[in-house]
Amino acid sequence: MLEIQDLVCGYGQVSALKGVSFSVGQGQLVALVGANGAGKSTTLRAISGLVPARAGAIRLDGEDVTKADPRAMLRLGVSHCPEGRRVFPHMTVADNLAMGAYLRRDAAGVRADLDRIYGDFPRLRERRAQMAGTLSGGEQQMLAIGRALMARPRLVLFDEPSLGLAPNIVEQMFSIIGAVRNAGVTVLLVEQNAFAALELCDHAYLLEAGRVAMSGKGADLIADPHVRAAYLGG
Amino acid sequence: MTRLLPLALLVVLALLPLGLKDPYLLNALITTGIFTIGAMSLNLLLGYTGQLSLGHIAFFGIGAYVSALTSLGFDVGLPFGLRVTHEGWPPAAGFLLAVLISGLCGYVVGRLSFRVRGAYFVIVTISFAEVVRLVALNWIELTQGPLALTSIPFMTLGLPGLGEMTFKTKIQNYYLVLAVATLSYLLIARLVGSRFGRAMRGLKENEPLALSVGVDATRTLTIAATVSAAMAGAAGSLYAHYIRIIDPDVFLFSYTVTMVIMVVAGGKGTLIGPVIGGLIFGLLPVALRPVMAPEAQWIVYGATLIVILFVMPRGIAPALAALGLPKRAPAAPKPEPARASS
Repeated sequence: MLEIQDLVCGYGQVSALKGVSFSVGQGQLVALVGANGAGKSTTLRAISGLVPARAGAIRLDGEDVTKADPRAMLRLGVSHCPEGRRVFPHMTVADNLAMGAYLRRDAAGVRADLDRIYGDFPRLRERRAQMAGTLSGGEQQMLAIGRALMARPRLVLFDEPSLGLAPNIVEQMFSIIGAVRNAGVTVLLVEQNAFAALELCDHAYLLEAGRVAMSGKGADLIADPHVRAAYLGG
Repeated sequence: MTRLLPLALLVVLALLPLGLKDPYLLNALITTGIFTIGAMSLNLLLGYTGQLSLGHIAFFGIGAYVSALTSLGFDVGLPFGLRVTHEGWPPAAGFLLAVLISGLCGYVVGRLSFRVRGAYFVIVTISFAEVVRLVALNWIELTQGPLALTSIPFMTLGLPGLGEMTFKTKIQNYYLVLAVATLSYLLIARLVGSRFGRAMRGLKENEPLALSVGVDATRTLTIAATVSAAMAGAAGSLYAHYIRIIDPDVFLFSYTVTMVIMVVAGGKGTLIGPVIGGLIFGLLPVALRPVMAPEAQWIVYGATLIVILFVMPRGIAPALAALGLPKRAPAAPKPEPARASS
């Protein structure tokens, strides 16, 4: 579904990606793991069009989308759930979810999706009139996932969904992401929490210093001595 | 309370002239109302998109000049031997043109500066206001320069059921300003609650996230600047036909500062904030004048501003809204395991 070929990207003089190639199959959950600064987030930002590619190609269903902007990518069904500040803090939960459907014009479909997300996350329905900034960290991440799904994506890019969350919530977040994949949405997951991501994924790529250092099934990477030593704490 | 307050305020303001016959106070209320419309328009940009227009008075002044010149008529020579002669049109046409041309100026300034935002926009708007002021001062054939445009006609409107109405008296102008202010308030309320309003607020709160959900930043900000400038132009037109004399001093920086004070003290990013701030800082000089010397008035004015911002850093309206809520939100219970998307 998604194909990345020799992608080079960077900020200023520095190239964060030095020729990254990988692919994501339809319906798969693919994990990108690696250390801080390996280029994981930049890869996602390049795919969604937030960062321009300097060289290489990004193809979606065989079509070249290397130069597409975020709006074009959303219209093609690619939704990005960025890291860092995940919600609009001074907007209500309902408004945050509506923002996810910003480019959609099918009001009835949006309403149906909203009902479905409220059904999946009853906590969000209870708090729909509350400012998003008053939610707990876990609830904010749920809201961010709900918002990404409001675009009715075919492919979701999750950037560090477990960052800064309490351990019991992290586990819950991974089960939600697994459920998203089981619902038929293709997922590209970037995680520092390598073990959980490798356990969950269908296929994984290890990024090191802007290049793909290794790839394989999640279990293969978990079993690899280099991965164990460098990323899984022995 | 946030719902009832604007309505209660409107009722009080609508009934006020019945018990208030003092022309001096009525005059103060009218000019305060006009500047409050300016403050509301500034709030659309500053409060909801976070972009500070420090030349906002330019759009107000352009509205005033456009409306005055449209209704007075003019005869100016242009380069290459061209001449433009314009016979005076009805003031209502001046009002509409003021809205259009101010809006157009807002669009151009927005297009020029919103590719790079923040400080750049502040500088462009300040420069724009200064350039427009210099044009008004020096294009004497059109604007009379410092001699001012005088004898600007009263606003005249063909009202359904009432026939042609000329707004000569203070009471008439008071209700005209109140009507335009109410319409402006409703328009902003409508905009802010819409999809477009969410895009504006989203950009202000978290621009990378707003971009990632598909908000077109340049376009959204440019539309906001256009609407904001058009509304300031409407206020300027009301001002021209009420005061009936305008000179290049309408472009003074201090008027922009007054509007910024009204918005920030009242509560930027709230609907009612600029109205509260506008009434307080518009009427404060009037209230202080009889009781103290001019120097002391400005000290009290400044001190009031400092106290308000010290006690209520986010402005009066958010502080009032917080009064209606319990002191502390109940602690969030543990999130229950959620079933994910099916």
